[in-house]
Amino acid sequence: MTQVATGGHHVDSGTLLLQASNVTMRFGGLTAVNDVSLNVHAGEIFGLIGPNGAGKTTFFNCLTGLYKPTSGEVRFAGEVLPPQPRLVVRAGMARTFQNIRLFHNMTAIENVMVGMYGRTKTNAIDAIFRLPRHRREELASTERARELLDFVGLVGASDMLSRNLPYGDQRRLEIARALATDPKLLLLDEPTAGMNPQETRQAEELIFKIRDLGLAVLVIEHDMRFIFNLCDRVACLVRGAVLVEGPGNVVQNDPRVIEAYIGTPPEELPEAGPAPEQPAANPGEGNADA
Amino acid sequence: MRAIISDETKVRLRYPARAVGILGAVLMIASIMMPWAYGHEALDDMGFYGAPSPLQVFFVILPVIVLLLLAAPLVGKPRLGKFARALAWNTSAKTASIAATATVAVALIDIAIELEGLVNVEVGGWLALVGGIVAIAATLFLPDSPEPTLDRMKSPNWLQILAIVVLMGMLLFTAAFALSLDKAGQFLMFAAFLVGVVLVLRQVGVFAWLGLAAANNNRVLVLSAFIVAFAFPFTQNGSDANMSIASQVLIFAAAALGLNIVVGLVGLLDLGYIAFLGAGAFTAAVLSDSAFATVNFKPPFIITVLIAGVVSSLLGLLIGAPTLRVSGDYLAIVTLAFGEIFRITMNNLDGTDGPNLTNGPNGIPGIPDLNIFGYDLGAVHDILGIEIGRFANYYWLMLIVIAVIIVVFMNLNYSRIGRGWVAIREDELAAEAMGVNAFALKLLAFAGGAFLAGVAGSVKAHMDTSVTPDQYVFLESAFLLAAVVLGGMGTVMGVLIGATILKLLPEKLRFFSDYRLLVFGLLMVFMMRFRPEGIIADERRQLEFHAEDEELAEELEEELITHHGHLNPERKGFDL
Repeated sequence: MTQVATGGHHVDSGTLLLQASNVTMRFGGLTAVNDVSLNVHAGEIFGLIGPNGAGKTTFFNCLTGLYKPTSGEVRFAGEVLPPQPRLVVRAGMARTFQNIRLFHNMTAIENVMVGMYGRTKTNAIDAIFRLPRHRREELASTERARELLDFVGLVGASDMLSRNLPYGDQRRLEIARALATDPKLLLLDEPTAGMNPQETRQAEELIFKIRDLGLAVLVIEHDMRFIFNLCDRVACLVRGAVLVEGPGNVVQNDPRVIEAYIGTPPEELPEAGPAPEQPAANPGEGNADA
Repeated sequence: MRAIISDETKVRLRYPARAVGILGAVLMIASIMMPWAYGHEALDDMGFYGAPSPLQVFFVILPVIVLLLLAAPLVGKPRLGKFARALAWNTSAKTASIAATATVAVALIDIAIELEGLVNVEVGGWLALVGGIVAIAATLFLPDSPEPTLDRMKSPNWLQILAIVVLMGMLLFTAAFALSLDKAGQFLMFAAFLVGVVLVLRQVGVFAWLGLAAANNNRVLVLSAFIVAFAFPFTQNGSDANMSIASQVLIFAAAALGLNIVVGLVGLLDLGYIAFLGAGAFTAAVLSDSAFATVNFKPPFIITVLIAGVVSSLLGLLIGAPTLRVSGDYLAIVTLAFGEIFRITMNNLDGTDGPNLTNGPNGIPGIPDLNIFGYDLGAVHDILGIEIGRFANYYWLMLIVIAVIIVVFMNLNYSRIGRGWVAIREDELAAEAMGVNAFALKLLAFAGGAFLAGVAGSVKAHMDTSVTPDQYVFLESAFLLAAVVLGGMGTVMGVLIGATILKLLPEKLRFFSDYRLLVFGLLMVFMMRFRPEGIIADERRQLEFHAEDEELAEELEEELITHHGHLNPERKGFDL
């Protein structure tokens, strides 16, 4: 299955792919992302963790052009990324969404084919007159879409409406759709949210498979076991700023990360909130190995 | 009623109910041998015993269907074979009874109105009504049938093709017959009859099967539809009255199809679309040989068509480029204003307030008839011994224009671009995040739709022989939109039907012209409440309108593949 190559572009693992420097995003008085700098290298799986409201998704949106950062810059393969989602995709960075945003009334294969939009060139004239380019590209797109559906494990589901797919399959379809844009870096926003342990394991295998294709993966996740199994490096975002960054085991055992998730006695908190376990917002995060 | 009569009662009473229902149908059939009206001024001469009048023959068709649907199951399941389960016998019989009774009721009301008093309804009419009510009452006591599965049955290909051809033939006959009915009462009665037949066929499951047959034999369908449309003028015996209506319908339909790209495929609300038709018409007018034309450049019509299209699409770009970044209500308001600006501008380009381009409110009259490759569209031609008049010529020209528009519509829809449009409609942000250039695609739809309207407008200018600004008011835009919504957004067939209904009914039912807007308004309200996806539903649109209906989603999945096939060219589209 791994022969589903990413369009043939060869990437040396280790070269700098994504370079976010001093990215800050303010909404009025609220600083959602505060001076975040991150580097993702080709062929690595990079994890982004942090309590709810830490600004992970906002940071993702800054990277993918949905938001224009208040200050700072994002470079991809050396070029400054334009603040427009479709141009970011064209540059080679594709994403999935935390709350699945498939085209619900399109079939699975049509969803994937929409992902190929930016990589195909058929224009209105080609389509109206059914010129050779239209035929060629449609056949190639269909073929490639089937390969991608097979790759993510959606065999036989290609003609199903995406809204009729089971939840886990919808997540996988979103990944297939993102892969269809032929990215060098894949951004996954909580790919295992709502999944059972078995589905989570399958998602993990799928991400490894994607990495083996030569893609880099930047993944936001809450499931600690998942993220520390998976990632080469992990950054922990707290209140919009990077708290720690480094290899999984380092971040995992860092007392500040534990503090951010589990909480500390009230007198040590800067805000000195009345409820002692207040920052530990999500009980589901109790499965942290910390 | 469903709640009042329990299922056990229905099963217990199924045989008596069937017998009573058959009696009702027989009464209705018998009634056509009797007089319906005292006098012969209403509908047609229905005042004698012994034989049916020409129109009374129509009243026998639905009762015969009721009779067949009720009687056939009596021969037993084994003899019916696979049809026993494939047809919804009982439910269809109920629908057919209701349709038959409604048709009779329309006829009786018409008789009462035209002859001034219910007293003029004779024994046959009452008998038919009683028979109908008896049949309805009886069928209410029959157990409900399961969903028809006619479309799941295997049928040979020749049968499917034959069915399509027969359907198209009947369509031609029906259209010719409907147009030949001069009296409003006759037309209404026939319309009620037609709606009844359509509902019954749908209920029986014939339409689902036909839909499948049409999908399997797409080319046969398209070809026979065009042959039928082409043959239509030959049924008119040289009369131009109906051909004038028919060609107006085609112009309206052409504009509605262009609007359907914007509204139906991309999901943008355009309330000023008539301006693009107007722009095309004015362009063709000022470039024509009319003595009042203001531009001293007279290209051949083929070139004029293209110029008209380009002018319209430039206007589309002009209005679209700054506004397509906003969406929804804002776009509707901007396009509404644009439509008015267009009309007022055309009114004012009269030489006093600006350059004289359109002669102001007087417009450009005296636009000569077209002459395409030596064929004079203004002259009466004699083909196969049948006179083909002026409007029939324009009808044929518009048929070609419509054919081109349909090809453009379908081929864009079933392509990468069509997929992009659906994606934008579904979730614009996700589409952008997948690399779809939403702005460019919307602009393309806007300009493309405008181009097609401009082409239609250029023919309209020559057909109407004059172009004035007051033909292009907001109401016309509203009617175009209504045709798209009523017929079915995103479908070709639906919009053709919607345009025909909206243009034909006012022509045929002159007596209600004062209430035209009221009736159409009510019609739209009812459509939005009971069938928001329109008469002919695009599967995807239907899903969008019924987002919560999981059963429907399962059901439509299969049809979506049959009809849309990944929006894939190998399954859909036309070669040029």
